[in-house]
Amino acid sequence: MSKIAITSEGPGLDDLVDPRFGRAAGFVIVDLENMNTSYIDNGRSQALSQGAGIQAAQLVARAGVDCVLSGFVGPKAFQALSAVKIKVVQNLDPGMTVRQAVEKFKRGTVQFAEGPNRGPGR
Amino acid sequence: MIVSIASGKGGTGKTTVAASLTRVWKRPLVAVDLDVEAPNLHLFLRPVIEESGPAWIEIPVVDESRCTFCQACSELCQFKAINVLGSVVLTFPEMCHGCGGCIAICPERAISPGKRELGEISRGRAGSTEFLMGRLKIGEAMSPPLMRQVKSRLKDMICASGRDAIIDAPPGVSCPAVNAVMDSDVIVLVTEPTPFGFHDFKLAWEAFAPFGKPMGVVINRAGIGNREVYSFCAEKEIPLLAEAPYERAVAEAYARGRIIADLSPEFRNIFVSLYAKIFELAAGTLLMEAPHA
Repeated sequence: MSKIAITSEGPGLDDLVDPRFGRAAGFVIVDLENMNTSYIDNGRSQALSQGAGIQAAQLVARAGVDCVLSGFVGPKAFQALSAVKIKVVQNLDPGMTVRQAVEKFKRGTVQFAEGPNRGPGR
Repeated sequence: MIVSIASGKGGTGKTTVAASLTRVWKRPLVAVDLDVEAPNLHLFLRPVIEESGPAWIEIPVVDESRCTFCQACSELCQFKAINVLGSVVLTFPEMCHGCGGCIAICPERAISPGKRELGEISRGRAGSTEFLMGRLKIGEAMSPPLMRQVKSRLKDMICASGRDAIIDAPPGVSCPAVNAVMDSDVIVLVTEPTPFGFHDFKLAWEAFAPFGKPMGVVINRAGIGNREVYSFCAEKEIPLLAEAPYERAVAEAYARGRIIADLSPEFRNIFVSLYAKIFELAAGTLLMEAPHA
């Protein structure tokens, strides 16, 4: 597994994890081989009345990630991520930084989700 | 002529006014319940239902063997109901508004129309008044696509018979309310003179005014609250078409499913006068009364 996406309140490793997936402020993309990071802004999701989770799944799929780390992932987003074989780690602790989430992932102390942990949004 | 009875705030008396108008309407009439999320006009008109059937929304069905994953459909859809992720096409039928855009734009003709049940359309008769109603399935969110189908049925009925129509609109000022009033010739806003009623009345007036249609106000429960709505109407030159007093007898009759115009000659006259003023409003001959704010 080489690239992961973490839902984030800002563009850097020291920003806080955003617990929301579809309506996260953005996604920090981390290449685990060289720890290079990039950022995808998700501000557009605020303009969507529905389908934010699906759009977010499209954004991270285009970035070529293998896994998403977040707090809550809804059913449609989960279905979209599963369709393109992106794994999901959810229930990240609130208050955690993106860096801490990455370290936790690298230690292998995370569980891949088998289903969404949140009811449908709109 | 199509007259829609709308409001911002719910529970101001749209159905009360709509049902009473059917009692005094002199020309052939269709009464339409377009509040498809919670239709209740039938509780007052008690029509004999002559025909009832399911209403469908057109949803995309994708033949993936013909799809080149060009994403044209995915980019067009504003509701994320059809999505291309890599070489996977994902559809969410419950999010589809049935516009047919994806079917039209697909260069490979890989998308064909399927259908999903939205609710039910019923047609009947209450005395000499024809009756039409849409009812959305419980849990369903797509009101406007069902409303469009009810309106299309209404158009056929009006074209065939030359009848007028009274539309009982849903409350609010969002898509369903706008959909209900947008094809009418006259909009009658029902409000109550309370701060809450006035607040939502202003929203409704602001939402519907851009249509440029003749619009007037009926003040229900007159006598409670304050004079804000009267001042506002005087200032904006929104004609006051009728006032119905706040009386216990009205609430009692409503709770029994009775029509207010049938209560007494005084109540009937309120709606006889409203009927006349609606036609004057439509013809542009209604004289604005001196503001009594």
